[in-house]
Amino acid sequence: MMILAVETSCDDTCAAVLEAPDMVRANVISSQVEVHAPFGGVVPELASRHHLENMPLVVNRALAEAGARLDDIELVCVTRGPGLVGSLLVGLSFAKAVAFARRLPLVGVHHVEGHLLSPLLENPHISFPYVGLVASGGHTSLFLAADWHTYRLLGRTIDDAAGEAFDKVAKMLELGYPGGPLIERLAGDGDPAAVRFPRAWLAPDSFDFSFSGLKTAVRTVIERGGHRPADIAASFQAAVADVLTARAVRAAERHGVSTVVMAGGVACNRTIRDLLRERAAARGFAAHCASPVLCTDNGAMIGLVGYRRFCRGLVDDRRLNASSRLAL
Amino acid sequence: MDETVLSRSPEETLACGERLAREPVGDAAGSGTRIVLLEGTLGSGKTLLTKGIARGLGVTDWRYVCSPTFTLINEYQGQRLPLFHFDLYRLEAAADLDELGFDEYLQRPGIVVIEWPERAALRLHDLPAIRVELVITGPEDRRITISRPA
Repeated sequence: MMILAVETSCDDTCAAVLEAPDMVRANVISSQVEVHAPFGGVVPELASRHHLENMPLVVNRALAEAGARLDDIELVCVTRGPGLVGSLLVGLSFAKAVAFARRLPLVGVHHVEGHLLSPLLENPHISFPYVGLVASGGHTSLFLAADWHTYRLLGRTIDDAAGEAFDKVAKMLELGYPGGPLIERLAGDGDPAAVRFPRAWLAPDSFDFSFSGLKTAVRTVIERGGHRPADIAASFQAAVADVLTARAVRAAERHGVSTVVMAGGVACNRTIRDLLRERAAARGFAAHCASPVLCTDNGAMIGLVGYRRFCRGLVDDRRLNASSRLAL
Repeated sequence: MDETVLSRSPEETLACGERLAREPVGDAAGSGTRIVLLEGTLGSGKTLLTKGIARGLGVTDWRYVCSPTFTLINEYQGQRLPLFHFDLYRLEAAADLDELGFDEYLQRPGIVVIEWPERAALRLHDLPAIRVELVITGPEDRRITISRPA
């Protein structure tokens, strides 16, 4: 079965073509291709009208890369939330139009479920139950994934998302945007033990996260002076890595689960990936992270989840609507 | 007249937000929209103050009121009124506000909190708004200045 999946919940316009159950034939993301070139390369990233301009270009690119035509598509999957309503509606309307015009089944997918299951695209043998950490610019949540579509939220951030903390620290260090890769590069020349930044462990039984205090501590250290930016970046990165991985591994212990997965943009960070693997291995757990292109927002993860929903009869119709806030 | 609050801890900043939420909104019947513009650098406590507003409005999950930097807008249902939490930090132009349906939020009863309002200063400057400025004066100390519309 050939699947077309689109995702427009935030900045990127994404389209993927999959061959069921989980073979990714094409996975196109607007920020990674030159679709912006006709506009001079600099495009305000927030505007839903850019999703509108990108959508057909990205879908056509995905079809071309997959060696497929629209006629070959048998299922349409789309992100229905959470995210910016204006942005979500572009993808949703596009998907509905394709499904309606071609009389194809349509499946709406929760964005975070896509991230949570994205490691399965490359490792179909990962077995439930597992603990999944989704950490990105907009989300930092820990789930117990009992089975397909059966999840329990164990904890989440009470202030900033982990990726947002990276962006804001990058801003304070005047590195630019997006902060994740810039901090990681700078941290490579730094000493992660140079500054002992605070770790917010919150209540002993809590699996919630907090990065606001860390952000403020970084500001204080920068203002006080005396530390190299590389050392600050490395020490900050170490603090985030410590909290994320310790929480994820401890959640697995608590719930008697021996597999931990990590996804979302922050899971691109090499230091965090390595520390998760190391800490999981020390307890005999398996750790899996999606490869970077599947960690950031993408259509492939939406197609994966959408296909599984379709197989269970969880098909939507033309009344499917976008939802800015949506619990998983 | 401006009111100055010297907060010595995150708890006091939270309480300051809670007090703001309890002030009557709009007309005598208490309907209408209250706009709160939050100014202050990264880490000055804008999101924390908004948590306090959420607590004051009776938002059940007020502890999970998060920074909307990435999502641009978060909505919460309070017991009295809803809270619409904007963060314009990533906005490139005031025109982007239109794409968020900003004007529609101003038509609805509720409290509209806007972080980084200076990104859309021209659009916001003639709205009747409470202006709150947070200044870092020590590791845990903040000077909070509240200016109410005349």
